[in-house]
Amino acid sequence: MSTVESTDNADIVAAVDNRSWFRKNRLAIAPWLFLAPAIIFFLIYVILPIFQSIWISFYEWDGLGEATWLGLGNYIELLDDDRFYTSLWNNLLWLFLFLLAVPAGLFIALFLNQTVFGMRLYKSLFFFPFVISQVVVGLIFTWFYNPNFGIVAEIWGWFDASPPSILGDERYVTYGIIFAGLWPQIAYCMILYLTGLNNVSPDQVEAGRLDGAKGWKMLWYVILPQLWPATFLAIVVTVIGALRSFDMIAIMTQGGPYGSSNVLSYFMYEQALSEYGFRMGYGSAIAVVLFLIMLVFISYFLWSMYQEEKGGH
Amino acid sequence: MKSLLKSTIIAAAAAALMTGTASAGDLVINFDDPNPAPKAGFEAAVEAFKKANPDVNVTVNINDREAHKTAIRNFLSADAPDVTAWYPGNRMAPFVDAGQFEDISDLWASDPNLSTSFEAIKPTMTRDGKQWGVPYSYYQWGIYYRKDIFDDNNVSVPATWDELLTACDTLKEAGVTPFTIGTKFLWTAAGVFDYLNLRTNGYEVHNDLTAGKVKYTDPRIKETFANWQTMLERCSFVDNHATMSWQDAVAPFAKGEAAMYVMGNFAVAAFKDAGLTEDQIDYFQFPEITPGLARAEEAPADALFIPSNAKNKEDAKKFLSFIAQPEIQAEWNKTIGQLPPNSKSEIADDKFIQKGFETVSTASGLAQFYDRDAPAEMAKAGMEGFQEFMVKPDRLDAILERLDKIQARVYE
Repeated sequence: MSTVESTDNADIVAAVDNRSWFRKNRLAIAPWLFLAPAIIFFLIYVILPIFQSIWISFYEWDGLGEATWLGLGNYIELLDDDRFYTSLWNNLLWLFLFLLAVPAGLFIALFLNQTVFGMRLYKSLFFFPFVISQVVVGLIFTWFYNPNFGIVAEIWGWFDASPPSILGDERYVTYGIIFAGLWPQIAYCMILYLTGLNNVSPDQVEAGRLDGAKGWKMLWYVILPQLWPATFLAIVVTVIGALRSFDMIAIMTQGGPYGSSNVLSYFMYEQALSEYGFRMGYGSAIAVVLFLIMLVFISYFLWSMYQEEKGGH
Repeated sequence: MKSLLKSTIIAAAAAALMTGTASAGDLVINFDDPNPAPKAGFEAAVEAFKKANPDVNVTVNINDREAHKTAIRNFLSADAPDVTAWYPGNRMAPFVDAGQFEDISDLWASDPNLSTSFEAIKPTMTRDGKQWGVPYSYYQWGIYYRKDIFDDNNVSVPATWDELLTACDTLKEAGVTPFTIGTKFLWTAAGVFDYLNLRTNGYEVHNDLTAGKVKYTDPRIKETFANWQTMLERCSFVDNHATMSWQDAVAPFAKGEAAMYVMGNFAVAAFKDAGLTEDQIDYFQFPEITPGLARAEEAPADALFIPSNAKNKEDAKKFLSFIAQPEIQAEWNKTIGQLPPNSKSEIADDKFIQKGFETVSTASGLAQFYDRDAPAEMAKAGMEGFQEFMVKPDRLDAILERLDKIQARVYE
């Protein structure tokens, strides 16, 4: 009996040992296998180009001929370039004003979060600007702003005033483009909040009501804390959207008039890739600066997500 | 058995040879204008070439003009066609310097047309003493005006600067904005600058400026801007030009709100599309500013080049020499409404072409255009400066100093 048992055990041990390395570590390997395609592509198309850009930013290179080493030359030139400061300032404007999309989206979501006949239709109409392409939005707003036949000209006409040339005046042009960009962004934030509002627990609202909370207090102390995940997501998406704003500018002004509506991403494109550009090194230097700015936000977002996850467990 | 094997081998070798010659007869051409008239003109030339060379198998790719400007950087090194459209002057410099264009000086020396009938345009196709492409078309610039509006206000065609300013005064009194322009894409402002500079300082200064030998703060260039300032004050341009493309700027011209337009001849088609008739529009040369100065004109050319990586350079050269013929150039340019660079070509029976030919053939020098004569980077900064000056003339000194700074870097 005992001998039989021992041979059985030995067999089992032998069988276990005979399994291939792969079978032994299956559980540990499987997730990596599934992740592998994504990781490989992410490395090739995202991580590697980051280092390539940093590397190129130390060179003077037109994309065709020989590259010459400049060291920090491109960065020194950047510090002395008025257009760089214009772009940087416009990027900051974008960042702050674009965040208006978050509260605006919240209030539209609160407004739409009621049960009225046809509400789904209204919701889809409000969401509509996010569905159409940025290029179309840019084009439509270019026409709105046109001082000859645009709607802005019509409205000014009612007051017998001569309309401002919003996209032709360096004072207004960036605000004009940001306003156009806000339209779809508000819709996006609104959708995030609408899904968030579905998850607001009715018990807590009820409890708050029993304790006499209503109006702003209810919103601030009961609803908003529960909406924090949606708010976080809305802020992340909006900040990144503001920093990479490109298509609106390309469509509406091409950075003009005379470069006054440039932002870093468009400035980079103009220097490195446009008809009059092909300074790869200088463009890369701008890209690196933009990357560093983004890195500040992205690392904060990652950090706070990590904290939250730790707290959850 | 042995003979069978032998014949099989011979057959295989023959087949290989045949495919070899067939691929040597493939000619790939990348062209850059899908608009109806330019496309038709180009395709007619290709058809004529096919008829004359039935053994050559021609493949044509027609790209959008803007897309072509970016794509050329990739296809020249990655997958080069045998012939590609591009621009002469400084615009071809990066590719010539990088060794991406084939030197065709031998063709210019031996071809009966290129060696005799292209004298006027040869310098713009030349870099480092060698020729790099063959031009198929060029066109004049100047002032296009509403003849009917001029007649209604008893304004005659101005030949001098003072006459132009007086004409502007009359037009303004009649409630017509003298000039239309759309500077959103910047280069239109460069056309005005070039003419003011050519008329104030002449051809040499234009070339020295775009070659980086004259500073923007040079008193002569400041003189040009002083004239521009006068023009802005007395010959005002339409409002909001910074938001308009050149096509948008045709609208006030067509509506009769503006009477003149500094433009290239390609705009005539757009004027007619906007509803203007042949009788309503006409052309005059940009008036003289400095008396006695030799008259130079803007006349940008379009050309075809052979990439160094082309697979079939032999047929590519055959094609370039084919399109240099007077009849082919005449036919092509009749279709697109421009001037044939071959001086022996007939020109179309059209008043704008006739006047343009008259203007260009009697000029003492032909400038390509600010953004083709100056290196791309300088051109971009310069044209932004011109646009800024048109909107905020009081910033002139700051603009010129900025341009000097950029010039010092670009040409170092």
